[in-house]
Amino acid sequence: MAVVSETIKELSGFKLHMVKTDKFKTNTIIFKMKAPLQKESVTKRALLPNVLQSNSKKFPTTGKLRGYLDELYGATFYIDLGKKGEYHTISFAMEVANERFLSDPTPLLKTAIDFLVEVLTNPNADGGEFHKETLEKEKRSLKQRIQSIYDDKMKYSNNRLIEEMCKEEPYSLHVHGKESEVDSIKGKDLYDYYQKALAEDELSLYIIGDIEEQEVEQMVNERFTFSSRTPHALEKKQPAQVEENVIKEEQDVKQGKLNIGYRTNVTYGDPDYFALQVFNGVYGGFSHSKLFINVREKASLAYYAASRVESHKGLLMVMSGIDNSNFEKAVSIIKEQMQAMKNGDFSDEDLIQTKAVIKNQLLETLDTARGIVEILYHNVVAGQQIQLDEWLQRIDAVTKEEVVQVANKIQLDTIYFLTGTGATK
Amino acid sequence: MEKISFDQLQEELYHEKLENGLEVYILPKKGFNKTYATFTTKYGSIDNHFVPAGKKELVKVPDGIAHFLEHKLFEKENGDVFQQFSRQGASANAFTSFTRTAYLFSSTSDVEKNLETLIDFVQYPYFSEKTVEKEKGIIGQEIDMYDDNPDWRLYFGAIQNLFENHPVKIDIAGTKESIAEITKDMLYECYHTFYHPSNMLLFIVGPVQVEEIMKQIKDNQAKKSFPPQVEIERKFESEKEDVSEKKLVLPMNVHSSKCLVSIKATDTEKQGEEMLKQELTTNVLLEILFGRSSENYDKLYSSGLIDDTFSFDYTQEKGFGFAMIGGDTNSPDQLADEIKRILTEEKSSSNITVESLERTKKKKIGAFLRAVNSPEYIANQFTRYAFNDMNLFDVVPVLEAIKIEDIQEVGKNLISENRMAICQVVPKS
Repeated sequence: MAVVSETIKELSGFKLHMVKTDKFKTNTIIFKMKAPLQKESVTKRALLPNVLQSNSKKFPTTGKLRGYLDELYGATFYIDLGKKGEYHTISFAMEVANERFLSDPTPLLKTAIDFLVEVLTNPNADGGEFHKETLEKEKRSLKQRIQSIYDDKMKYSNNRLIEEMCKEEPYSLHVHGKESEVDSIKGKDLYDYYQKALAEDELSLYIIGDIEEQEVEQMVNERFTFSSRTPHALEKKQPAQVEENVIKEEQDVKQGKLNIGYRTNVTYGDPDYFALQVFNGVYGGFSHSKLFINVREKASLAYYAASRVESHKGLLMVMSGIDNSNFEKAVSIIKEQMQAMKNGDFSDEDLIQTKAVIKNQLLETLDTARGIVEILYHNVVAGQQIQLDEWLQRIDAVTKEEVVQVANKIQLDTIYFLTGTGATK
Repeated sequence: MEKISFDQLQEELYHEKLENGLEVYILPKKGFNKTYATFTTKYGSIDNHFVPAGKKELVKVPDGIAHFLEHKLFEKENGDVFQQFSRQGASANAFTSFTRTAYLFSSTSDVEKNLETLIDFVQYPYFSEKTVEKEKGIIGQEIDMYDDNPDWRLYFGAIQNLFENHPVKIDIAGTKESIAEITKDMLYECYHTFYHPSNMLLFIVGPVQVEEIMKQIKDNQAKKSFPPQVEIERKFESEKEDVSEKKLVLPMNVHSSKCLVSIKATDTEKQGEEMLKQELTTNVLLEILFGRSSENYDKLYSSGLIDDTFSFDYTQEKGFGFAMIGGDTNSPDQLADEIKRILTEEKSSSNITVESLERTKKKKIGAFLRAVNSPEYIANQFTRYAFNDMNLFDVVPVLEAIKIEDIQEVGKNLISENRMAICQVVPKS
């Protein structure tokens, strides 16, 4: 079975990552900018890509810009903000049909790269300021996006957990920034910030598809030039003192949302990172895991009960939607199952099953271009060079003792419960 | 076994209808790691009034029973099928829509074993009073979760506005009260009516050996016996042309308001190529009117009435159809007025140019190529199309053939004030 192979080229001010594969009918281009999460810049950084993707000098309205993309056989173009550990990432992503499958032979990949260059290097700005109307409409839109997080209670409670748990850490900052800071951002502030980000951020360009690598490298090299830089890596912090903390919040909701945050004290690149992945699979990652079986199937308390790992910050998040009256019951099952993991109370069969499912999940992720980029980008974030076949081997090599060891590193930090009005005891 | 080639897409599809009536399709995909298989019955939330297998009288079953059955089919006397799939390195799932219930797995190894598990678990039902009762707690939480979700409430409210009698207005999961009535005998009755192989379709897509997989499926089916296939008799009350309610406002615990304008479609008895053409043409019309490259979108966005949650969608099945347009907004009433104004003004589509039509067709063709990268999309959509006598791989030629006159005709038929309704979610004061 072919595992993805990545070619990395150091170009002017950025790295080009290419993955050649013939399984897609489209080519995907993703440009990523990465900088430390910081209180001072978080809102500007959230607004920036929204302004850039709205229009440019050559396409001065959104209608013109989007109309051009439609002409390129509906090339998709979207932005995405992410939090990878204590880094704030911006992605500009494009997907464009491979002309091989069209009756029209226009070279779409090249045209798409040109488009991305236009958006990034020729923004709708004059005299060092972004276009005023564009800025104002994107500010309005960003405020609405921040506001609407409250409306999605699953996201809301997950955010609240992180806010409470990581109060003193940059990780508590939200990827979309702070609503109260949006209004005061001026066209000049944002433009200056953009110049600074272009000069200092770690920049990565991914191109995935049925490509000729040399041709693509040349194409990219002729079009993208940034000043050279040494992106600074964040220092690894000592594990914080962890104490169990319970936060309950009342709102008018039918279903209570229980979110529990643990510190794993393990991040991507650590020797026991793969043992942590296997731990998570046995504990709560899948529908054969302890949480699903015990919270849902046996106790009939929830529709969903799962856990996931944040690879770069070293967190394990448990989430479940339960009746308001079942808080104690659910928390005690979740804690019992954690204790069972620490005691090694799981079988070799569980381990084999979990490894098979993790490997399957990883291989499936590699069947989408976005998935390939997400997995490969871990190496950029953590300054590692772990190849994908190594992922598979190292998952396979994890022993029961290693899972128990990693379980015993995990510490309960914060229990957050969003509960219906009048239900708090 | 029949082989169907799609040269432009460089895909080959294999098909066979088995003796017991089961339709089997296999699409080999080289280069992919995963194989994805769906086993789907033409049975969804709208099929709540029918003559059960072996009986003569119509019965009405509780709301949410198709979805309940989907949950319960995973549980067997000796445990949970999810466990078996994960032992075989697969991930399994299922979903229930208005018209279908699909069971599926994806795996990158042990494909034959997983396929056997999929077919067998769906074809061996096991329901007991005890497990049925236990499931009520789990689905009750699923219902509560959706009740707190403003987008889901908005979407369903918009459908409920349109229909007076048609069961599409019933929430797929039912209510806590309706599922309380469900018994194991009712589940068996629904199962035996709708899970006959002749009402089902199996689709496999991935890096597979076609001949071997087909043989495996045939051998599997040959070992089982089924009652002779009979036509399923379903009953749908007649539905008036007008909407049921013009406007519904849902106060919820939210900070932003939301607004959807929905339109009840006409001419929804079509099947086959006629249906495909109507569906695609309607989608093209909505894209021209409200897509991100349209003047309307630009104006609505610039005036602050919408943000990037704004979207539109058209759903059509045999016997019902609806379009939805809207999203988050600060001024739900003003947005509703604007959407209705645009629709009404464009009814004759006289402002639509050849350029905008051609551009939109290109966009849709590109979107289709993107979609066929996804095995999930292919299997699920192919099945939906096949249940309506359409062929997924006809999408590109049918799109290419759409003319201005087709757009005008669809606009004229779809857009009508008496078939429009408004649904809003607003912050509770």
